[in-house]
Amino acid sequence: MRALFADRMRAIFVVLGSLLVLFVAWPLLRTVTATGPAVLWQTLLDEEVSGSILLTFYASLVATLLAFICGVPLAYVLARVDFPGKRLVEGIIDVPIVVPHSAAGIALLMVFGRRALLGRVFGLLGLKFVSAAPGIVIAMLFVSLSFLVNAAREGFEAVDPRLERVARTLGASPWRAFWRICFPLAWRSILSGMILMWARGLSEFGAVVILAYHPMVAPVLLYERFESFGLSYSRPVATLVILICLVTFVVLRLTAGRKRGDV
Amino acid sequence: MKGSASVQLKDLSIDLGEFRLRQINLDIAEGEYFVILGPTGAGKTVLLEAIAGLYQLRQGRIILDGEDVTRFPPERRGIGFVYQDYVLFPHLSVAGNIAFGLKMQRMDRGAIEERVAETGRMLGIDHLLHRSPRTLSGGEQQRAALARALVVEPRLLLLDEPLSALDPETREGLQRKMARLHHTLGTTILHVTHDFEEAVALGERIAVLNEGRVVQVGSSQDIFRKPNSKFVARFVGMQNIFHGQVHPLEDGHQMLRLGGADVAVVTDLEGAVHGSVRPEDILISRERLRSSARNCFRGRIASIADRGTLVYVTVRVPPDFICVITRRSLEEMELREGMEVYVAFKASAVHVF
Repeated sequence: MRALFADRMRAIFVVLGSLLVLFVAWPLLRTVTATGPAVLWQTLLDEEVSGSILLTFYASLVATLLAFICGVPLAYVLARVDFPGKRLVEGIIDVPIVVPHSAAGIALLMVFGRRALLGRVFGLLGLKFVSAAPGIVIAMLFVSLSFLVNAAREGFEAVDPRLERVARTLGASPWRAFWRICFPLAWRSILSGMILMWARGLSEFGAVVILAYHPMVAPVLLYERFESFGLSYSRPVATLVILICLVTFVVLRLTAGRKRGDV
Repeated sequence: MKGSASVQLKDLSIDLGEFRLRQINLDIAEGEYFVILGPTGAGKTVLLEAIAGLYQLRQGRIILDGEDVTRFPPERRGIGFVYQDYVLFPHLSVAGNIAFGLKMQRMDRGAIEERVAETGRMLGIDHLLHRSPRTLSGGEQQRAALARALVVEPRLLLLDEPLSALDPETREGLQRKMARLHHTLGTTILHVTHDFEEAVALGERIAVLNEGRVVQVGSSQDIFRKPNSKFVARFVGMQNIFHGQVHPLEDGHQMLRLGGADVAVVTDLEGAVHGSVRPEDILISRERLRSSARNCFRGRIASIADRGTLVYVTVRVPPDFICVITRRSLEEMELREGMEVYVAFKASAVHVF
């Protein structure tokens, strides 16, 4: 504690930094405390609210799993192999972080819309994206996959490639060396990337609202209530969403952190 | 894949940025302990990785027991590998590390446990099996890495500077352990090092590597007695290296018995060892000196090699001692070939290994 104020420079840095922390914590705290537990409970019993929260969680989970299936192999290749165009691939993976998410929604619509190529192909299979849950999933996937891929890549980069080489000399095929050695060692990074991605997917509004206003995910529902009924009506929903997200996030972070902790 | 294999490297060439190995040709006999000696940065690790199948060869062939394995993936070669810094699997216990190769063979659980315990005993780490590699000392990690490689009974074991990260005491112990292991198991071993003493102590034959080429192959005696190039001579340091038996004396001192001379030494080792004396630690005199040097022998000058300001004088006792003196001393003492002289050095100047 004393180290925080060891000299004047540090003291000033601490004060400046605290402003930022306060800037995040205060509004959150204010929202959470503004609504009494009784009202919260009632809001939760509102089927429209609970349904949309469940839909949000579920869609983001599906998006995260999809990103896991393709993103972990991609991250491994990026961590292990140098190839021409690698910087470009890394750039493409980072782009969703910098484009406005509503623009991302429009871009997705151009490919997955009813008359667009992929939209038609999937339409034949009975999968519809516009105003449907799959649209929510791809919107979340698009805007949040960078988190998983980058975390997994960093995880793989931290695993000494010689560990896999030793495994190979001990009779492991490339697959088994990956599953037995590399993946378990990178798992913590991958998991924290998944948690981050999932949390980012939950909070997505811009891209989702363009592809699928209905069915409503929690952020869209919140927006609609605010637009139609004003602050006092939307506040309990906001409180509930923030609380649920905070609790889930903290719990996941703690369990992920405890797993394979340092001996 | 049991038993040990003979190894032939034919015209092996590797290009890897800074490292370049050119036309490596080696013939290693079944069960031989073969050492590749080369300065740091000579591409020794890359050579071993190529033999293990971890690097694609640009050119050349690797033949194990007459079978061309050049295109085999590493898991089908039956070649064990121990890296300099051990590279144990950090998420597995010591037992889990050793069991890894057996699990890959889908051996059943009971048999695995038995083999792991047995190998642990063989390497003296049976009390560490449940520990995490992170909690082990360097020497213990090295033993664990050796156990992990040996438990699958490789046809060839590759050791990459296995002793150089250890403190001198641990190194000496492990060096003897490895010599004993090789003796009992008879596995073909290819060991790379930059340490000449290590090479002499363990290698039945030595290949000297420089700038990506094998510059000399032979027994340790061949290499330090008859270095075929300036590089080899300088790298091995023109040292006086002897092989002999250590005998403890009654007064608590030790005697190293060489071919023709009993040399007083200071060491904890026993039995068959090597001893070396640096040429600059030996005094030459025309008469027997009264000094604190415990070793003094009479011999004849066999040869005088002029190297500018320094002169190498070989005195045959036997054995031959190579001494270095300045040209001025040579002239003042009027030394000539065939002359009878005395050589003297302190017991503590003899390095026993």
